[in-house]
Amino acid sequence: MNYIIGAFKPACNISITFSDGKTRKQVPLKKENGQTAMVPLFQSQENIAGKISIEPVQGKKVEHNGIKIELLGQIEMYFDRGNFYDFTSLVRELDVPGEIYERKTYPFEFSTVEMPYESYNGVNVRLRYVLKVTISRGYAGSIVEYQDFMVRNYTPPPSINTSIKMEVGIEDCLHIEFEYNKSKYHLKDVIIGKIYFLLVRIKIKNMDLEIRRRESTGSGANTHVETETLAKFELMDGAPVRGESIPIRLFLSPYELTPTHRNINNKFSVKYYLNLVLVDEEDRRYFKQQEVTIYRLADTS
Amino acid sequence: MISDAIEDEEKWLAEGIAGIQHNAFYMHRALDSNNLREALKYSAQLLSELRTSRLSPHKYYDLYMRAFDELRRLEMFFKDEDKHGCSVVDLYELVQHAGNILPRLYLLCTVGSVYIKSKEAPAKDVLKDLVEMCRGVQHPLRGLFLRSYLAQVSRDKLPDIGSEYEGDGDTVNDAVEFVLQNFAEMNKLWVRMQHQGPIMVKDKLEKERNELRDLVGKNLHVLSQIEGVDLEMYKDTVLPRVLEQVVNCKDELAQYYLMDCIIQVFPDEYHLQTLEILLGACPQLQPTVDVKTVLSQLMERLSNYAASSPEVLPEFLHVEAFTKLSSAIGKVIAAQVDMPIVGAITLYVSLLTFTLRVHPDRLDYVDQVLGACVKKLSGKAKLEDSKATKQVVALLSAPLEKYSDIVTALTLSNYPRVMDHLDNGTNKIMAMVIIQSIMKNNTRVSTAEKVEVLFELIKGLIKDLDGTPMHELDEEDFKEEQNSVARLIHMLYNDDPEEMLKIICTVRKHIMTGGSTRLPFTVPPLVFSALQLVRRLQGQDGDVAGEEDPATPKKIFQLLNQTIESLSSVPSPELALRLYLQCAEAANDCDVEPVAYEFFTQAFVLYEEEVADSKAQVTAIHLIIGTLQKMNVFGVENRDTLTHKATGYSAKLLKKPDQCRAVYACSHLFWVDDQDGIKDGERVLLCLKRSLRIANAAQQMANVTRGSSGPVTLFVEILNKYLYFFEKGNPQVTSAAIQGLVELIRTEMQNDTRTTDPASDAFFASTLRYIEFQKQKGGAMGEKYDPIK
Repeated sequence: MNYIIGAFKPACNISITFSDGKTRKQVPLKKENGQTAMVPLFQSQENIAGKISIEPVQGKKVEHNGIKIELLGQIEMYFDRGNFYDFTSLVRELDVPGEIYERKTYPFEFSTVEMPYESYNGVNVRLRYVLKVTISRGYAGSIVEYQDFMVRNYTPPPSINTSIKMEVGIEDCLHIEFEYNKSKYHLKDVIIGKIYFLLVRIKIKNMDLEIRRRESTGSGANTHVETETLAKFELMDGAPVRGESIPIRLFLSPYELTPTHRNINNKFSVKYYLNLVLVDEEDRRYFKQQEVTIYRLADTS
Repeated sequence: MISDAIEDEEKWLAEGIAGIQHNAFYMHRALDSNNLREALKYSAQLLSELRTSRLSPHKYYDLYMRAFDELRRLEMFFKDEDKHGCSVVDLYELVQHAGNILPRLYLLCTVGSVYIKSKEAPAKDVLKDLVEMCRGVQHPLRGLFLRSYLAQVSRDKLPDIGSEYEGDGDTVNDAVEFVLQNFAEMNKLWVRMQHQGPIMVKDKLEKERNELRDLVGKNLHVLSQIEGVDLEMYKDTVLPRVLEQVVNCKDELAQYYLMDCIIQVFPDEYHLQTLEILLGACPQLQPTVDVKTVLSQLMERLSNYAASSPEVLPEFLHVEAFTKLSSAIGKVIAAQVDMPIVGAITLYVSLLTFTLRVHPDRLDYVDQVLGACVKKLSGKAKLEDSKATKQVVALLSAPLEKYSDIVTALTLSNYPRVMDHLDNGTNKIMAMVIIQSIMKNNTRVSTAEKVEVLFELIKGLIKDLDGTPMHELDEEDFKEEQNSVARLIHMLYNDDPEEMLKIICTVRKHIMTGGSTRLPFTVPPLVFSALQLVRRLQGQDGDVAGEEDPATPKKIFQLLNQTIESLSSVPSPELALRLYLQCAEAANDCDVEPVAYEFFTQAFVLYEEEVADSKAQVTAIHLIIGTLQKMNVFGVENRDTLTHKATGYSAKLLKKPDQCRAVYACSHLFWVDDQDGIKDGERVLLCLKRSLRIANAAQQMANVTRGSSGPVTLFVEILNKYLYFFEKGNPQVTSAAIQGLVELIRTEMQNDTRTTDPASDAFFASTLRYIEFQKQKGGAMGEKYDPIK
């Protein structure tokens, strides 16, 4: 869209600035073209206010049928390209139809905006928040400008956070008991735990703990599931014997995790799993996958 | 194939080294530019080379050392917060982000060491965390090296007493706890190594494991270096925990090595005070463990300790070291049913050495040890195992060396019983050792009782033991042995004649069982020993007359007679004959005519019946003559009988020259150059004439048989006899007779057919010179000689 405007020489420059743009935290956002841009970060219930300034190209006037600014929360499925589902759409009319001869500034404000979902950039799905300024023109097509921003929502520490403890095994072959200290981890958390070997009859070469992200999009027959391994963390080198207990300490901070998203707008889910993998000398893998909930803790940056 | 494997290993090592060098280069660059991220990245990559499974411990060590050097540089960097701008706490977390466990843990240990040094966290917490986290490496080789790295970097940072890391809740307990835990884990890994791989390469694995043992043992060394480990802590915590590991690992190699390690690294006084605990572990070890060496080492250390400072000796008594050791050994032997007998005996040897050094005054201990040994050996046949025998010899030799007095050994009731278990050969060797010990120390064995015990001990030498095939013995060895016994007999001595007699009787009793081959060796010393006694009694006879069973010469002579008789029955009549003559001489000195006569009779009987060889006869007859000449105890009648016999036998010798010589020797029988000696000139001359006749006959015989007359030696010899008696004043021997003999010899010498003999010519010439000399000397003798030309 932009290049079309560029080709016809835009009649005006539109810039969107946030009122607290200088102080607000900026976070990187990966754009479609692969580049990363710094965008402001908001959370739900915040006021999103700022100014739009429109500056016609020297000596030209811009005739319009009205100027509006929209705050959109969109879910975009890649396999269903071009289809946006707006789960949030707020509109502010900025100007009645008329002409702009010179630079003109419009303040705008969306107060206590409900943004229940976090921005998310997945394999098959993207959830984004955007400010969209539209200068409607009848014959020449509208002039549109977007400004992305990020939303992150913080969760208080869960009141109930039990550990995960489980005994698994293959009869007469391998019997282990593992324990992760929690079932819910925040993004900078540390997974502490241990694996206790009750029976070892196979020659184990090593043991890894993987963090896997399962992103499922669509629903029903159209469900697409994409699983990524985000972390492969070696817990043990060599073959343990019965009675051995191996410590787990995995820092989550180095990995690019997001909070767990469950059934966002009936469009997608993002879930995290800890996958304990034992590899034997013939490279056979024995694993046990266990879901953990990831949340964003407020006081972390 | 093997060489291929070695080549491959070389190649892998080279690859590993190259990998380390490569990453080290980038790491250094990152360090120089203070780039923490890069430094961590390349150090992790560098450490990844240690993840290899393809190297033997030896090669792996090489690789490890290279990585170790690089880690030192990294540690320096970590210490300098200004450079990387990351607090040590953050750093501690940061290094744990590494995905691979081995590099992660090496880095963690490295940072951990810096962390402790920074004192931002209690040392114990960091140490505890490190030792826990290292559990993640379960591969024995890699785990051992990792933990050894941990031990290395933490060594100077333990919260020991007096260390800067002590205090604030960090106590020496934490230091000990940390080392113990690391030790336990390392030991487990080490023991587990043996199960990693096919059975075929078991030997190789064992060898490799052995190469790694010091990594494990180092922990014990560290423990021993911790100042805060006092006796109490050692007793209550360190030792029980270490032993628990040792016992529970159920691995022969580890148990042996670690026991040895414990004994070597901790101070002696600790061992002394914890003997019970330490020894208690021994019976619980695997049956194949070489406990005997372990215990021997312990006992050796303790005995050295005792020897080093006498003031600790009471401590030994106080803790009843001997009793504890003794019972521990008993238990070990009982527990290890399969222990070869040699093992058990080796243990006893060690215990004996220990007790000899620590409690030299406690003979009962020595006897106890021997007793225990007897018990172990009882019910078994003679020892077959040469090693075991060797140990028994060592066992028996130890007290001899210590006390350098066989008498002490003789009081040990179990001593002979142990000897009974030796095979015959060894028994003899042992007997030799005993004898040599006596010789070396010049010990006098002075009572019959002891002699009895002693001979019981050396009975292997005294008589044939069951089933010793005589012909298998080396003759030289046999001689050597018997000569030793002979020497031993001379060492048995008591100033009291009574006791001495008893000793002699005892010895006699034993040696009489010796059989025909031994008697020729053993009887003479006995005889001489007895004769010595006789001579002693001779000086004081009568004094003992009042006693009931006095040791009288008579009695001894009876004994001697019987003793020598036994010799004559065996084929050594010449020896018997000599001994008879010796006895006769002694009897003569004691003035007991009948006894002397009896001995002579025996000698003659022997001569007649047993001495058949002509050469032997010659020797014998000369001996008889010589002895008889010295006799002064005989009355006329007896003397006549004997001299008559002697002369008669002389003339009946086979060869003429022998006859001649014997006969002229007989002449002395009638002329004893003593104050009251017999001087029968006539019979002297008779003998001389007779010998001259025989000489003539001999000369003629030579003429007939060989066509040439023999040398004049005999004549010259006779001439000398003439001269002797002439000088002694025998009236029957005249200058005319001498003159005649000289002429005769001269004529003989001019005989053409005579074979010349320079020796006899010279003999004659010097005889003539002597006559000339006497003449010129003048005086009474000169006048006497004057008529001879």
